[in-house]
Formats: sequence, structure tokens, C-alpha cells
Amino acid sequence: MQKITREQLLDRAVALLSDGTVNSVLGWQKGEFDYDVTPHIFKSADELKEGFVWNDFCYANFSKYLVLKTDRIEGKLLVFLKPCDTYSFNQLLTEHRFDREKVYAIGVGCEGMVDVNKLKAAVDGISSIEATEEGLKVTTIYDDEPTVVAIENVLLERCVNCKSKKHVAYDELMGEEGEIIDSARFDEVAALEAMTADERFAFWQNELSKCIRCNACRDACPACTCENCVFNNPNSGVETKAPVTSFEEQMFHIIRAYHVAGRCTDCGECSRVCPQNIPLHLLNRKFIKDINECYGDYQAGEEVGMRAPLVDYTLEDLEPGEVLNRRGEDA
Amino acid sequence: MRKCSLEKINLVFAEIAKAYTLYLPTDQNDSSAKFTKWEEGSVWSNALNTVRSPKDFFFPQAEDLMEFKVEGKNIDITDIRQESEDFVIFGVRACDVKSFEILDRVFLVDPVDSFYASRREHGIIVSLACTKPSETCFCTTFGIDCTEPAGDVSIWKTETELYWQANTEKGEKLLSYVDSLTEDANTKAVDEQKEKTSVVMKKLPLANLTTDGFGAGKTMELFNNEAWDELSQTCLGCGTCTFVCPTCQCYDIKDFDTGNGVIRYRCWDSCMYSEFTKMAHGNNRLTQKERFRQRFMHKLVYYPENNDGLYSCVGCGRCLAKCPISMNIAKVMKKIGGEK
Amino acid sequence: MNMREETLIPKVGVITDVRIDTPDIKTFRVVTPDGKKAFDHRPGQCAMLSIPGVGEAMFSITSSPTNEEYMEFSIKKCGCVTEWLHQAEVGQQLTIRGPYGNPFPVDDVFAGNNMLFIAGGVGLAPLRSVINYCRHYRDRYGKIDIVYGSRSKDDLLDYKEIIDEWATDAGVNVHLTIDNPQDGWDGHVGFVPNYVKELGFDTDKIAVLCGPPIMIKFTLEGLRALGFEKTQVYTTLELRMKCGVGKCGRCNVGAKYVCKDGPVFRFDELDELPDEY
Repeated sequence: MQKITREQLLDRAVALLSDGTVNSVLGWQKGEFDYDVTPHIFKSADELKEGFVWNDFCYANFSKYLVLKTDRIEGKLLVFLKPCDTYSFNQLLTEHRFDREKVYAIGVGCEGMVDVNKLKAAVDGISSIEATEEGLKVTTIYDDEPTVVAIENVLLERCVNCKSKKHVAYDELMGEEGEIIDSARFDEVAALEAMTADERFAFWQNELSKCIRCNACRDACPACTCENCVFNNPNSGVETKAPVTSFEEQMFHIIRAYHVAGRCTDCGECSRVCPQNIPLHLLNRKFIKDINECYGDYQAGEEVGMRAPLVDYTLEDLEPGEVLNRRGEDA
Repeated sequence: MRKCSLEKINLVFAEIAKAYTLYLPTDQNDSSAKFTKWEEGSVWSNALNTVRSPKDFFFPQAEDLMEFKVEGKNIDITDIRQESEDFVIFGVRACDVKSFEILDRVFLVDPVDSFYASRREHGIIVSLACTKPSETCFCTTFGIDCTEPAGDVSIWKTETELYWQANTEKGEKLLSYVDSLTEDANTKAVDEQKEKTSVVMKKLPLANLTTDGFGAGKTMELFNNEAWDELSQTCLGCGTCTFVCPTCQCYDIKDFDTGNGVIRYRCWDSCMYSEFTKMAHGNNRLTQKERFRQRFMHKLVYYPENNDGLYSCVGCGRCLAKCPISMNIAKVMKKIGGEK
Repeated sequence: MNMREETLIPKVGVITDVRIDTPDIKTFRVVTPDGKKAFDHRPGQCAMLSIPGVGEAMFSITSSPTNEEYMEFSIKKCGCVTEWLHQAEVGQQLTIRGPYGNPFPVDDVFAGNNMLFIAGGVGLAPLRSVINYCRHYRDRYGKIDIVYGSRSKDDLLDYKEIIDEWATDAGVNVHLTIDNPQDGWDGHVGFVPNYVKELGFDTDKIAVLCGPPIMIKFTLEGLRALGFEKTQVYTTLELRMKCGVGKCGRCNVGAKYVCKDGPVFRFDELDELPDEY
């Protein structure tokens, strides 16, 4: 259950719209059910009052929308950012991908967002969801007794392993500021590293073979903001819409992971949006873990203007040979 | 109508698998279900439906069409087509069975797509009636009765029994292989089940979704509807909706140089992609709004116009469950069409 | 399963002649390896040509169906496939499949009528087939007017054929124009739409238009101003195509597929379709 209420955010958005600070509001719009929230640009107070929501299903990271939407909108856009979203926000600013002056950012405290797939696996036929202190009270279309699902059992992976409750960017903060969390997010990577090369290959081959090349991971990724991605540029020579060989199947995701290495903030959108539930975040997290180990702890998006270790040089940098040998022959 | 005890189900599968390659939904480690090839030990999933639709069986994500050998100025074309072998898809829901009819009207009209036709002719569909629809289901909007699925054989699963009814010659033949495992049955249990399911169907959140306002002849009115801007404004332009959709059938044809000849292959394509209509000298759909509009206009207006009023949506709900931003055909229909 | 027909599997074709028409347009003559025409077609129909490993694309068949020896394609260099073709030599093989699309109604609607053909640039390519068809069956058609314009004299496609054959035919009037004055050009200078208005045609004819979208737009306006009804004016469209048979799903304008229901459309038919071409 979120500590900040919908009404608090709504009142603030309406106030900022009416005093002219902003012209429009990038927020979450209610859906057909209680969980299918859609990112939406609200233009008026009436529209906000009717459709704006803030609940445990506001998982979408809005930062990437700023790249496209601030170009096309007159005046300022109000955007709500959860702590993890603010890292993407800063990273995009570091890369000069949108104009900071066109954005009014409200940092919103977040208690973690729900993974709808997990919730649906727990309860079939959801007809309504009510957030209570005990958890999500879910009623069904089969007229069963309502089920109470503990939030911690259905959180998104990225929220289970939340890396920060602290906002690293905002114009205004709503709710209490949190702390950076010493999360267990690298445990799964460590487990993969502990596998033999063959086991690891089998793991990824199984996962990546599920890919349907819908590009949702890329299109949702705040680090993927190329105007014309090589993978859909017919002139690039590597445009692919389907794997011709199993080699290609693996390469799409690995190339993408390389491309966002050092820029990925570990926002987790790639895994959230994957219709095939491929744990794509593990590829990116492996890069982050390696960067941390080789060059010292680094969190992309922590500050605007940071130089990522992979594009920076210091005298303390590891030699390539040391990188290769740092975990023995299995590295 | 025939029936067999659910306790015998693995014997039934084994018997069918002797005569055909058998595919059925099985649970995956991420709590989703997927059609997989039956083998000893396979467990039939209880899930309502698979994440990927069974269109893959007839229209796979990628398939090789032909091969070329290029030597100097000369080209040699090799026809690599193979006639499909007989196979059974077991446990297809009514909505997905309907999707095959929609695909047929694309691939089996003149000139017939021989790749699709071969698989379609050799595929035997065993459909499964629904008992526990999901909140995302809206098959009734498109006139589909989930308790009366079509297909070569229809089956109804109760707590203890499986009821079978052959609808076609192919289906009769399939049933003959499991004759000794099944017995004659009356329709009482099935009728009761249908009754119970119909009650749930009426209570579904999308039960009132209607196609009124869509269909043939609505092109100009709906194309110019102002709501497309708003509906499409946060669309990411990914292809998830099109690829999980059982009726989306757009494809691309591409060449792949293996270094030892060229393979021309076909793969799924999506009207949501920015380069879908891009030509050497321009693109007639430059914005995501135009691409987004195309997808829904095709399903709700263009396809019915060309196909006797049949809509190109079966209400399976996959796009509702999988769109990264939860924008989908139900929201589009409500916004620009309306509700009963 | 090779017993089943499959339109996606092409035939092999051979380039037997390459004519340099303009700095960026070449005309390719294509037959099968045994020297025959790959297939019969009607004026306005298209074919899919491909170079394995490079790609496949749809082209108008510019030669007339009355030519029983070979097919010709006038191709402007503008993308992967066309660039590759432009460096191809005589003897080069390619693949060919078709014919695709609906033809101009030459034997019913056009028969017995005066004809006005208006083309700009490479837009003459799809019209050459129907023009030569009408010239072949000269007695079935009334007076024929051809208005053709391009950027410069060097950019006029089929110039030799136009001057030597079309312009010398009885009852055929050729009106050429180029965008800007040029040494060695004593003909008309100006854009096609304006020239059409200047020429001021009577409305007792059927008009067929092809060229860049902007030329089509203004020429149609010009014809309307002269009193032509949209039911008298035809054009041919081009959109991205992959299959050629209305299945791959990308060349639709509204419920019509350009590859199957087009490329030939009458302007009143286009009015019924969304402006998305």
C-alpha cells in the first residue's frame, strides 16, 4: 500500500496546472480493471480528476517518455517519478536526451509496485483490488470469498530487490525521503556466476529461446533512446525481426546489454515488460556487478554529468588481462 | 459423445502420440503455460490459456521459404518445402479456434499460401471448452461461445471426466485411436457445465463490450476519429500486442546470406514498427498514431469489410495481459465505439 | 510437396539488355533463361524482382503486353535493390514473380475513348505499358495526348522512343516539358500541372496520371478546373510491399491492398479511402 495518497498527488497536479507552472501532466490513467494502469498525458484538471490514479500498479517508468514528449509539448510537463525512475531521469539528462527546463518533476515515495503476473498467478479472475494494511484484498468474478494477498509476495522483482528509496532528482518531493538500500540484487547474478560455463549457457539458451522479438524490452528501456535502432534499420545490415539461427537469438539481447552497459540504471523495465518473462535484467545486472568489481561501485544516474567507468580512464583502472583473470579460468 | 476418466488422460495422450505428433499446454517455470510436444511424463496444464497463441503451429514466428545458390551471374532456386506431417494440437480454446478461421481467410484465399495450407491440412485441432474465464476475456463480443468450441474434436473437462465430441472426419479418425479408452456418454454433465460457465460469462467485466459502431463502411468516420491521438500517445511502438495476438498475421520476407547460399525466410512483422511501411523514398505512416490506428482499424473495420463482417479479434485477452503500457483493443473500442 | 503452387517462389530471369535512360533511371530487359517471357501480364500490372541476398521489390512492368518477346522495367536508383540492379550487367540473373495487381481497364472502360496520359519523371514507367498497348490497338482508341515532364531533358525517360515512335504516330500528340530552361531545349519549360492547364484539354477523354505525389495532387486539381470528373481520371499507387498478394499486410490504404486491389485506382475510388498513401 502506498503511503502517499492519490488525492495528495491529484491536488498538487491540479494546483500546478491551474497556476500555470505546467501545461500538462504525465501520470497514470485508470484502466478497465484495477491493475491495468496506462501512462497518460493529462491536459486539464477535469481529465485528472476523472482518470488519474496512484496505486500499487503504477510501475511504468516515465523517464523515457520525456525524450519524445517534451519535444512536442508547449510549456512544462509535470512528471511523477518514483525513486528508481529518478536514476533514469538523471542518466537521460547526462546524455542530453531531454530539456530539463521543460520538466517539472515531483518525486513520489514508493512502497514497491506489484507484479501483475504474480498477482494473477495467486488469484484467478480478478474483479477488484483494494489496497489495505493487511495487503491487497482481491475479489473475483467467480463470487469466491475475497482473498488477501500480502504485498511482499507479489512485488515486482525490482522492488523485492529495491536499490534505493531515495530520489536523486526532483523539483519537489512528496512524502518522506528514503535511503539508498544495500539490496540483495546481485545474488541471482552471483548464482549464475557460480554455475559452470555449460550450465550458464544452457540457462541463457533456454531463457533467450523464448524471445519473440517484440522489442518491448528495447522500446521500454530508458537507456535505449537511439532514434533509429540498428535492429530496425534496414540499411544497418543487422536488421533482424526474427532469429535466423540460435546464435542470432542470443545476440540480440547480448548486444543490447552491451549497448546499455554503464548507462543502465537497473530500473527493471526490460524484465517487467517482457511478455515471455525472460529475466533480462540479469544480463544488465551482470554488467553492473562487473563494473562495480572492476572499477569501484558505480550507480548510473546517481548524479547528472557523471562519467561512466567504461567511458572514463583513471590510473587505477584494471588492465584488460586482470579483468580476464579476476575469477580464474571460469571468468 | 464419448467420455473417459481424467485418471486415464496420460494413457489417452500416449495413444494419440502413437499416431500423431501431439502438442498440449504444459506449465512453465514462470507459472505460464505453453504448447509443448507431448512426451512421457508431460503434464497437461490447468491454465486458462497459453501466453503464445497456437497460431505458431500454422504461421510460425520464422520459417524458411526457399534457398538460392548464387554463382557469378547465375542464380539457382531450390524449393525446400516439405509436406507437413499430421499433428494434433490438444486443448485449444474456443477463441483460438476461431482465430484459425480468421487466418484461413488470409492465407487460404487465392493465391493459397502453400506453407500455411500444408500445416493447416495436417493439423488436427482438439478444442477445450472454458469453465473459468478470466476477467480479460471478451470472446462473446465477437460471437464466440467458449462453452461450445469448434475444431475437429471438442472436449469438455469436468472434475473427474473428459467428454469428447468429434466434429469432422479428421476428428472421428483421431477419436478412433482412443476408442478403447473412452465410452459412450450422455450430455448431462456437459450441459450442466455450460450452464454454469454461461453465468460467469455474463458477469465478466468486459461483457458489455460491443462491436456496434465498427465494421464495414466505417472507414472514413473512424479513421478520422480524434481519439486516436490520445489513445496512442504513450504507445511504445513495440510489437508485443501483434506477436501475442492469435489473429495478427502481417509478415516480412527477408534474405539471410549463410555464406553458403542465401535463405529467403518469412517472419512475423508488426504494423506497430516504425519501418513497417518504410520505402526507399518515404513512409506513408510516419507517426506512432498512424501505426497504432492501422492495427485497430484493420481488426475492426478493414478486415470485416473484406471478410463478410467477420472481425479480426477473438477476445482472447492476450494483449490486455501483455501490453507494457496496458493499452489494448478493449480500451480502444470503448473509447471510440462505446458500450451497450 | 512441390505439387502445390506457391506464388512466393519466383522464377529465374536474365537481364538481356540494359538501357541508360537518364542519370538515375535504367531500363532492364528481362526474359527467362530459355529466352521466353516469364509470364503474361496486362497494362499497369507489376512484378516482384529480387536479387537473392539483397532483397525483393515491386516494379511496374513498363513494356506492353503486346510485346511477346520480353518484359522491360524502368528502374530509378533509390534503394538497396535498385542500386544493386543499376550496377548489373547483361547476363545477370535475377528472380521474377507476378503478375500482380489490377490492370488499367484498357479493353472495356478505355476502349473507344480519347486518352490523355500525364506523367512526371519515372512516373512514365507504369504508363508506357498502357500507352504502347493503346498504340498497338490504335483503332480501338480515339485521339491520344501524352503530357510528360521531368527535371531536365536528360531526365526524360524513353526520350528516343517518344520522339521516334510516339510523336510520329497519327492521332498521337506528345507534349513534353522540363522544369527549367536548358541549352539545346526549345520545347516547353514549366511544371506538368501548369502545362496541363495551359494545354486546356477538352473533357471528352479519360486521363491517366502518374508521378510524384505533389505532381499528382496539382495535376488533378488542374484537370478538375478544366471540368474533368474524378471518375474520368485514373492513377497508379505505390506503397511498400513484400508478398504482392494481399497477405503480408503492409500496402493497405483503408481496406484496399495496393498490390491486389491496386495499383490502379480511379480518383473517385481514392476519395472513399483514408489519405494514407
